Amino acid sequence: MERTEGAPAPTVATAFEKARAEGRAALVGYLPAGFPSYEGAVAAATAMVEAGCDVIEIGLPYSDPLMDGPTIQDAVHQALTGGIRITDVFRTVEAVAATGARTLVMTYWNPVDRYGVDAFARDLSSAGGCGLITPDLTPEEAEPWLAASDAYDLDRVFLVALSSTDERLAEITGVSRGFVYAASLMGVTGARSAVDTGAAHLVERTRKAMAGRSPLPVGLGLGVSTGEQAAEVAGFADGVIVGSAFIRRLLDAPSLEAGIDAVRRLTAELADGVRR
Amino acid sequence: MTIDAARDLPDLTGHFGRFGGRFAPEALMAALDELTTAYQTAVADPAFRAELNHLLKTYAGRPSLLTEAKRFGAEAGGARILLKREDLNHTGSHKINNVLGQALLTRRMGKTRIIAETGAGQHGVATATAAALLGLECVVYMGEVDTVRQALNVARMRMLGAEVIPVKNGSRTLKDACNEAFRDWVASVQHTHYCIGSTMGPHPFPMMVRDFQRIIGVEAREQVLELTGKLPDAVVACVGGGSNAIGAFHAFIPDEDVRLYGFEAGGAGVDSGKHAATLVGGSVGVIHGMRTYLLQDDDGQTLETHSVSAGLDYPGVGPEHSWLRDTGRATYQAVTDSEAMDAFALLCRTEGIIPAIESAHALAGALRVGQELGPDATIVVCLSGRGDKDMHTAAEWFGLVEGEGSAL
Repeated sequence: MERTEGAPAPTVATAFEKARAEGRAALVGYLPAGFPSYEGAVAAATAMVEAGCDVIEIGLPYSDPLMDGPTIQDAVHQALTGGIRITDVFRTVEAVAATGARTLVMTYWNPVDRYGVDAFARDLSSAGGCGLITPDLTPEEAEPWLAASDAYDLDRVFLVALSSTDERLAEITGVSRGFVYAASLMGVTGARSAVDTGAAHLVERTRKAMAGRSPLPVGLGLGVSTGEQAAEVAGFADGVIVGSAFIRRLLDAPSLEAGIDAVRRLTAELADGVRR
Repeated sequence: MTIDAARDLPDLTGHFGRFGGRFAPEALMAALDELTTAYQTAVADPAFRAELNHLLKTYAGRPSLLTEAKRFGAEAGGARILLKREDLNHTGSHKINNVLGQALLTRRMGKTRIIAETGAGQHGVATATAAALLGLECVVYMGEVDTVRQALNVARMRMLGAEVIPVKNGSRTLKDACNEAFRDWVASVQHTHYCIGSTMGPHPFPMMVRDFQRIIGVEAREQVLELTGKLPDAVVACVGGGSNAIGAFHAFIPDEDVRLYGFEAGGAGVDSGKHAATLVGGSVGVIHGMRTYLLQDDDGQTLETHSVSAGLDYPGVGPEHSWLRDTGRATYQAVTDSEAMDAFALLCRTEGIIPAIESAHALAGALRVGQELGPDATIVVCLSGRGDKDMHTAAEWFGLVEGEGSAL
């Protein structure tokens, strides 16, 4: 999806604004490219958009996902074993962005570093991607990415954690664009039975860190897997981020079709949750 | 940057030139800052230094000996070979130097649990040992492949009261054990210290582990001066993550006439693609929290490594070695599995010392450097560990098992 000269760059901020205008939180869904296959990932992400996801994060499968729990590790391993390459990730972004959903790439830093930060930004932009979520890149080491994302008008979504100091919250939100990703718990990705009690406080502290500036939306992720949890999170955050629960549906299904049906049902449940 | 400046590296943000730094999840940043401060305060505290030195002396057995290896040296171009005997430390390797420092720091930070990754098991054993000594809970992550080839060390760790968790994902070796330890730490950082075993990971680990291992070279420099009246011509060490090597090198970095050689695991040969020679055959990227040389494909995916030595079977390397490589201050070469095992056997038969297979890579390198520098040369070799743990691998390699032909 080539961007026409002069048209504004797509940003996830518009998806959050639309949700806010409707008096609800945005629903953000994660799926790695190439899982369960190239076509399967595109079909599943498309189903997620159709059933109510406002934003899609396409994961770039990486050999050493040290922030991810067993579910995403399994999916990413399957994608890499299936031969997925970075060029396929861009093709996935292009196909998902074509549905009209705001599409980000979530990636560990080394694949971007290896590809070339500027080249990666260029190719992501021409695929119609909005930007990057970078779970192991903090502002300290982000200089090349800050420059490249400026050059190509891309969103840069950094994470904040329960352990982040107020100074760090100010620094991180200061360089973020699109939205701020609040990690709801201290730990790796994966479904949890309850939302950490500290999560609401983190969202509040993150907002406070942006006081006096035009505030970015704050999305909350890690551990959310049910409509009920989505409703709870939607009560205090601007966006609800779900990943492992979608993957679990695809892993457990007897066929791709059944998996996509299950993904569609889960999306509907979560979309209902963010509207409660 | 001049070599003199090496003494001041890393900079305040943990960089050795363009290498090092901190590529870590935000959840760990506060803990890394806390650790940096706690470490700096501790080393400035005479009481901390005294306690560490006391343990090094009365528990680990420092200073370690410098042993002249005359019969081995005859095979190394006649060069004078001096072995820095880290194998004689308590627990059998240099790893205890670092672990005692970090374990004391763990207690000082008020944390009650210590976790570690281990390849050959030497770092795991050292960590389990220090945890037992200081009454800390201990969990060690070890690749499943390594738990098999280093079974003796698994039993040692369990005897010492540590929980050993075999890691069954990825290549099931050291890098995957690191991943799993990081995953544990993100969730447990409030009460747990991750005791990284090499000069790797996000700042301050490469600096802190180097500082705790620096004693190897500091002692060796004094010992060789006392023995020969001059500095050595070369210092030789094996390099996996690179902690024994940086420990041996660091005190010599300003001595520009002393050549520094690091020997990496060449596996079946660098050209075969089956190796772990990061500095010889790798490219610059980011792994386990640091910018450094690593073995990766065009997409930045980590490549699988191969080595007969579990402790060198790692696709990255400490960032300070990357800096020493690029500045030319140190030279890095690969040693194949067979060269290492030949040197392993040679040391056994000429000196009555069974080295760790990791250290055998340094010995093979010393044979090469000795040939190059000739009989007038004095070469310090860091004998980083002892080989008891490797008897199973050696017995298979050389056919020492009953009923099978011997390759020796």
